[in-house]
Amino acid sequence: MSDLLRTPLYDLHVGLGAKMVPFAGYEMPVQYALGVMKEHVHTRTKAGLFDVSHMGQVRIDGAPYADVAAAVETLIPVNAMGLGEGRQRYGLFTNEDGGIEDDLMFANRGDHMLMVVNAACKDADIARLKAALEPVLTVTPITDRALIALQGPLAEVALATLNPIVADMKFMDVATVELVGVDCWISRSGYTGEDGYEISVPEAQAVALTEALLAHDDVEAIGLGARDSLRLEAGLCLYGHDIDSGTSPVEAGLTWAIQKVRRAGGDRAGGFPGADRILQEFDDGASRKRVGLLPEGRAPMREGVPLFADETSPECIGQITSGGFGPTVERPVAMGYVSVEHSNIGSVVFGELRGKRLPLTVASLPFTPANFKR
Amino acid sequence: MKFTEEHEWLKQDGDLVVVGITEHAATQLGDIVFVELPEAGTEVAKDDEVVVIESVKAASDILAPIDGEIVEVNEALGDEPAKVNDDPMEGGWFFKIKPSDPSQMDEYMDEAAYKAMVE
Repeated sequence: MSDLLRTPLYDLHVGLGAKMVPFAGYEMPVQYALGVMKEHVHTRTKAGLFDVSHMGQVRIDGAPYADVAAAVETLIPVNAMGLGEGRQRYGLFTNEDGGIEDDLMFANRGDHMLMVVNAACKDADIARLKAALEPVLTVTPITDRALIALQGPLAEVALATLNPIVADMKFMDVATVELVGVDCWISRSGYTGEDGYEISVPEAQAVALTEALLAHDDVEAIGLGARDSLRLEAGLCLYGHDIDSGTSPVEAGLTWAIQKVRRAGGDRAGGFPGADRILQEFDDGASRKRVGLLPEGRAPMREGVPLFADETSPECIGQITSGGFGPTVERPVAMGYVSVEHSNIGSVVFGELRGKRLPLTVASLPFTPANFKR
Repeated sequence: MKFTEEHEWLKQDGDLVVVGITEHAATQLGDIVFVELPEAGTEVAKDDEVVVIESVKAASDILAPIDGEIVEVNEALGDEPAKVNDDPMEGGWFFKIKPSDPSQMDEYMDEAAYKAMVE
């Protein structure tokens, strides 16, 4: 594993007894001593700490935020210009075919935009941003800061012990806040369906901050295994699995991420890669849709399981893109794509598992209600 | 008691052999959420895939360690798959097999040899 990168928290993970695995070019903790199931439940009931330093943090500046946002809107089908200072929003890079190149978070930081992108896509994303925005604007990958997520109903209580001001933040607020004696960039957000924070901290203070949070009785370190089951129960897409360069935002059920101003009839309609297809799909609908799927039995059905309309038909009508056991709902859960005629809530489809076709019910997402502090 | 390189244990019970997985294997697999067992009465050959275990991470196959007839399976695992984690060497057993050739047991390790292998 010598060519794998390590985050500033690597030694801390190993010291906590983490099982380290390769992930997106990094050696990352997949689980700690608690194990995936208990880590998952701990995050939903108390607070979990995640090292997400492998994700790409990117600063875009060189002009007032409005001008940066206008330029970034040529790459994402999202209302970036309308985002207030100190606020964050979810976004997508699209391609000319209307597919999704990555999903991301971006924030209006007043004199610049701060973007957080997926680890596996960050090199391509930075190249895409530089090609489109430079030299008028400056795109700077931030490589000297770790990124930590603190998630769960007790995240606020735990983080407020380091600086009480974080309790005043609302979902998707972004602020610079001093923690352990250093300026951290904090957003009240995450990817577990729970309330919580994502904290960008200079790498020199990353261990001190993590240790200060772990010292809280209700905070445990949580690995990638539980991160995956948490986001799956929350109905959130994992790039490269539930969404990719061949899935459109309409197929993926991410139309909420494309605000009215960028849709047909909006003041800044279109003007992003793949707008023709994507705006057409808003009108006509997509031929397939991402849906929640509940296996009727106890057997988990995972990514790649083909879906059929009934127990015998040879024609595949879709595929599972994420699936596993949901520790909070205490049953197997999945999501995937099905052709639109099978996408109504309550429809029954069949997944082929080890040569047998087993029923699944199309269900609404998320499987666990979101618990955000709006 | 005998042990396979695949981390199964085999325990003689009269003229039957009880089969499960070791503590070491259960720990490595992580939290087990589903166990698919064969039907009693199934004739199996050594190395047939007879049990599927699903943990939170992945599915794993358990192979029949010997030839014979599956005469009883641990139905309790249907509702309580976590028994395999909690009590792998006793309550988490998978099936009882009637060996067609009991001498097939001889090739497997004793406890000391198995412990040496996993250490």
